[in-house]
Amino acid sequence: MLKIAKSKLNDLYAKINESMGLFIPVKVAGEVDYRVWSEGKEVSLETLKTVKSPKSMFFPQTENLMKFVKEGKNIEIIDVREDFDQRKPFVLFGVKACDYKAIEVLDKVFLADPVDTYYQDRREKTTIITTACSKPEDTCFCSVFGIDATNPLGDVTTYLDNDYLYWQANTEKGENLTNLVKDLFENGGEEKVAEIKENAKKVLDCLPFKNLDLSKFKPENLNELFNSDKWQELSEACLACGTCTFVCPTCQCFDIRDFKTNKGVVRFRCWDSCMYSDFTQMSHGNNRTTQTQRFRQRFMHKLCYYPSQNGGLYSCVGCGRCVNKCPQNLNIVKVIKALGDK
Amino acid sequence: MTNETLIPKVGVITDVRRDTPDVKTFRVVGTDGKKLFEHMPGQCAMVSIPGVGESMFSITSSPTNKEFMEFSIKKCGCVTEVIHSLEVGEQITVRGPYGRNFPVEEDFKGKDLLFIAGGIGLAPLRSVINYVRHYRKNYGKVTIVYGARSMDDLVDIEEIKTEWVNEPDFNVYLTIDREQEGWDGHVGFVPSYVKELGLDPNMTAVLCGPPIMIKFTLAGLLELGFEKQRVYTTLELRMKCGVGKCGRCNVGDKFVCKDGPVFRMDQIDELPDEY
Repeated sequence: MLKIAKSKLNDLYAKINESMGLFIPVKVAGEVDYRVWSEGKEVSLETLKTVKSPKSMFFPQTENLMKFVKEGKNIEIIDVREDFDQRKPFVLFGVKACDYKAIEVLDKVFLADPVDTYYQDRREKTTIITTACSKPEDTCFCSVFGIDATNPLGDVTTYLDNDYLYWQANTEKGENLTNLVKDLFENGGEEKVAEIKENAKKVLDCLPFKNLDLSKFKPENLNELFNSDKWQELSEACLACGTCTFVCPTCQCFDIRDFKTNKGVVRFRCWDSCMYSDFTQMSHGNNRTTQTQRFRQRFMHKLCYYPSQNGGLYSCVGCGRCVNKCPQNLNIVKVIKALGDK
Repeated sequence: MTNETLIPKVGVITDVRRDTPDVKTFRVVGTDGKKLFEHMPGQCAMVSIPGVGESMFSITSSPTNKEFMEFSIKKCGCVTEVIHSLEVGEQITVRGPYGRNFPVEEDFKGKDLLFIAGGIGLAPLRSVINYVRHYRKNYGKVTIVYGARSMDDLVDIEEIKTEWVNEPDFNVYLTIDREQEGWDGHVGFVPSYVKELGLDPNMTAVLCGPPIMIKFTLAGLLELGFEKQRVYTTLELRMKCGVGKCGRCNVGDKFVCKDGPVFRMDQIDELPDEY
């Protein structure tokens, strides 16, 4: 275990930034969100719910996939991945346990055969530093999904108290990073870290959503849950704004579109939302015509379809962003409570 | 650079055939003049015109055709409208194949087969039917019931009239929705025609067409004694990636792009009603 005084953290960021990019929660317009670090930015590792999750590190909100140049009748396809070689390695710093679990959820989609090479390249070039939660909030419910907020994994795990950041490398990538920055650190902190975990566990034990019951959300109950008459009432207030999907660390639905430029066509992908009315619109019809159907799709996917496809792993990590951000105060907690009743 | 499924290949249109007022069949090869990739009957491909969009189509030609691929495409949306304006020599992009095929080498072998199609629904079935013709001795009797709105809407009628009807142990039944001058064949909807024909329920059936036709035809087949475990169909939902990642084409916990598009009726029964 290593430790560094919090007053010296800027030196750590600067050191990492010398040879790698650094993506870290910083204060932006009164909130905290992940940004590329640069000197002068105000970092906040303590903030649990960054506005968006760090998923955009691997799955950016928009991303060019390829280009097409047309000459007469001929089409030339330009593979933009050739630029990948020039991409420098990145450090993703400050990832909380829930968001780290969410990366595993995304991996099972993007790294499943056939591998998404755009995601894979970013994933491989990134070293992830997690930060244990010292003060879980009332809207947190990661423990419901078996996540330990006090002990996240990742390439490096860090812990915070008032004065120090404690640093523990877990993987080869983490060791390599540690070697790069170890001059800034001193040894010690095991006892302090045990204390930090202990205190955080006490908070976790008092959280209001810690007893959410997921036992009903099993693949064998798929049709029963789907056909529940509770969806209508649950979804009635939904505005279809899509905020929940954009702040969600596991939402991964995307659109692929073309953009015409003076120098040809760029094909890009961008985040999309199953909450939108044209998500499944085809020229000959739409299989989800009501907001109730679209609302049901989102929660059934997280609590039933995804687990059915991925060995029981839920596609919700209890980060609580949707609880905070939905303008109509709808969220997955209400869904679990309403449908989880036995 | 490792292979990326989202990056297509360039295809050249070598033939355009107008099948019906709103269906054209496009013959496509690679820029080297060879077939773009191999597939099995029932599989699909993403066809695109850069700058316009990309859409999923079933591959109409049989895999036994080693020279080219064909796509029968109905003009019904923004991408298909532009595809319909393409001429011989123009280029498009194609990627695939995607999805699970009809079990032509497994469950279909040695069986008497019944193909029921409505309108453009013949497109995916043409691939299977021509595959069965190619390996004729591996399969039993073949019965085809095909219907469309009018005689002008029967896709690929030339091949049906000149080749399929002359195939040994092939019975082809055509029908159109309403009486029409110059048509001396059957008139009526596919589901009722299927019931009238009193088909042998021991056949393995493959259905493809508009959802309403599938629904009523299936009911008719069940009345005749067909078992759902031996009735196949294909589903069609909006797709973007084709490989189960974009999150668009799921019905319950199945993705039509990779778990389908071919499903058995008993499998469809287990899915939530949202397709």
